[in-house]
Amino acid sequence: MKHTIQQIFQSGKFVFGFSIFATILLIVIIYPLVITDAPLAIIGQGTFFPPGIYVNVYDSMDSTPYILNLDDAVAKRIAGKLGDQERLDIKDWLVAAGIPENEIDTSNTEQLLEQWVNNYDPQKKVAGMTFARQRYYQRLDASLDGLLSIEGVTVAQKSLETGLLEEIDAVGQSDYVNISEVTNKRVLLLGTDNFGRDMLTELVSATATSLKIGFVAGIIATLIGLTLGLLGGYIGGTVDDVIMFVTNLFIVIPSFVLLILISYSIGQEQRGPITVAAVIGFTSWVWTAKAVRSQVVSLRNRDHVNLSKLSGHSIVHIIISDILPYIASYVVMALILQISSGILAEAGLSILGLGPKTTDVPTLGLMMNWAMIYQAHILGRWWAYLPVLITIALITFSMNLMNTGLDQVFNPALRD
Amino acid sequence: MKGYRKYFLNKMLWFVVTLVAAFILNFILPRLMPGDPVAAIVSRLAQGMSNSTGVQAIYEQYTELFGTNKPMLEQFFIYMKNVVRGDFGFSFSQYPRPVSEVIKASIWWTIALQFPAIIVGWIIGNSLGALAAYLKGGFDKVLMPVSIFVSNLPAFGMAVILLVIFAVNLKWFPTSGGYGFDLIPNMSWKFLWSVIVHYQLPFWSIVAITIGGQAIGMRSMAIYELNADYVKYSRFMGIKDRKIIGYVFRNAMLPQVTGLALSIGTMVGGALVAEIIFSYPGLGTTLLSGVMGQDYPLISAATLIITAMVLIANFLIEILYGFIDPRIKAAQSD
Repeated sequence: MKHTIQQIFQSGKFVFGFSIFATILLIVIIYPLVITDAPLAIIGQGTFFPPGIYVNVYDSMDSTPYILNLDDAVAKRIAGKLGDQERLDIKDWLVAAGIPENEIDTSNTEQLLEQWVNNYDPQKKVAGMTFARQRYYQRLDASLDGLLSIEGVTVAQKSLETGLLEEIDAVGQSDYVNISEVTNKRVLLLGTDNFGRDMLTELVSATATSLKIGFVAGIIATLIGLTLGLLGGYIGGTVDDVIMFVTNLFIVIPSFVLLILISYSIGQEQRGPITVAAVIGFTSWVWTAKAVRSQVVSLRNRDHVNLSKLSGHSIVHIIISDILPYIASYVVMALILQISSGILAEAGLSILGLGPKTTDVPTLGLMMNWAMIYQAHILGRWWAYLPVLITIALITFSMNLMNTGLDQVFNPALRD
Repeated sequence: MKGYRKYFLNKMLWFVVTLVAAFILNFILPRLMPGDPVAAIVSRLAQGMSNSTGVQAIYEQYTELFGTNKPMLEQFFIYMKNVVRGDFGFSFSQYPRPVSEVIKASIWWTIALQFPAIIVGWIIGNSLGALAAYLKGGFDKVLMPVSIFVSNLPAFGMAVILLVIFAVNLKWFPTSGGYGFDLIPNMSWKFLWSVIVHYQLPFWSIVAITIGGQAIGMRSMAIYELNADYVKYSRFMGIKDRKIIGYVFRNAMLPQVTGLALSIGTMVGGALVAEIIFSYPGLGTTLLSGVMGQDYPLISAATLIITAMVLIANFLIEILYGFIDPRIKAAQSD
């Protein structure tokens, strides 16, 4: 046993796959201990906040301002509001409004803004312009307002007695806030999802659930497959015929269809993660059964098994001590593959809307489903689906690498 | 030809048996669940309906349609009779369209998309795998990790990545649908072009998914064959390398054909989900709308059709296999 494990850990592929998998597992275990937020707590009002550090505006006005005189601050401020695309858009509008094209210079900010302020009219209808485009120009106009001013902004508060605005503070253009002095800030490494939930916390929790689903499905499938394979292979005769008939049937009938039918029949309310895992397990045992059976058939007439039979050992004893050790390596490899295909099956089901019910826990498939329903991929909200996809791919990739590594250790013919 | 007859009959019998079994499963699985299926359907359908006589009327109509008040065996024959006539009842979510019409509108999209894609993916994957086994070295070292990684991406993952790169960012192809949303299906060039453009992304995403797994399988098969004794023997005999390679790949192909027959169900499952990502008007999207609309007759019919398609594909591949594997002829003529 010790020797086998040593040998396994000498396989580069296995070690690489194992370290990826172990890292994912460690993150899943440690992260919730450090950050104890509920994974499905809705913190953001609105959909798909981009990743970044969120600093409380109210608190940052309270904290002491520091004046930094940086030369490029104004240029950066203008560039932030008025990028290349916006300049071209402004030019388009101005041309449509009848300004000769050679009079417009998109690189001259002051002139461009002056032309814009003088000519832009939100009520004007430009032929062929969609309503969305009109709204875009209205927003652009609002954001450009006062872009070139050098004055600060006045902060006012409504007086409780008179109801009038009273100036309480003024924020200059060169005022800075030290982030570490602002009490309320939140790092959202992966932004928020369509419901305004912290993506990272949700993703870690979803990974944990998906791994659990994979393990339960894999163990159920492997146990069923192993039992049927052992029974059919060892006992033979009619039992074998029946088992092989059923196995061959389920090999050609697509398990995906069975999954859909069963999941749908169970109904949304009863579909917890474990139920889904069990359904996946019950529909994916066929390959294990077939492979175990063929190995057992070839083992059945070996000398040591015959000797055991002659010694009067029971069938259970023979199977456990004379047959199982020979197929153990195969069963472990099959289990690993079943786990990874279980995770994929859950994801596929969830995309179809047949995943675990949506209110309890997130799973990788459900997160993918939400991202797709809210069109994150079309809107360019990469943080809502790309981390999920990468996580799924990393899990299945690491498991397949481990499997290939094991295969090379146990089947010398496959070594390069 | 005569030697094959037993093989064909055997495969034919097996095809019929699996079809019947799939049919029975399709009938029995939803009915095995606790509770009255009609009551469940009606309660889902009648959500938000306050008129109790209306609910009662719907209940009676569906009890009649599914025959749930009759014994199980009789229900089965009613179901079978309806299916044989192509009558799957009315779709709940797209009432008053009958289910058969909904399926008819989507099935050709799926067939035209998936089978060419799977076959092209299979051919490219096998060629790449065989090349990797033969050339070894750098090609193998690059191709294999890439194939392993790609084959581990879920089918919808590949679809999403292609969609984001080629449709959203580069804008080369449309993001969704089977043809332009402003067109009505007809035989004009404009429509055909639109169909072709919309076809590309779903097609290549299914191809890409298929390639990885096939390349890996073919590579290990070819390596195994390249080390076989007959190859060494032929080399000693001085047979030309090209001729040996021909033998090797023919032998390595055979298990890959069987592999295709056995994995076509899984592939179709993955491809159906890829269809959903592109909102391609095929069976996958129909299935999704069935699930979303709690449309039991639609789901039942769609799954039955998908199973039948997979079984037919499987049967055809096995027939083909009978022709290309000489051992079958040898075994049958004994």
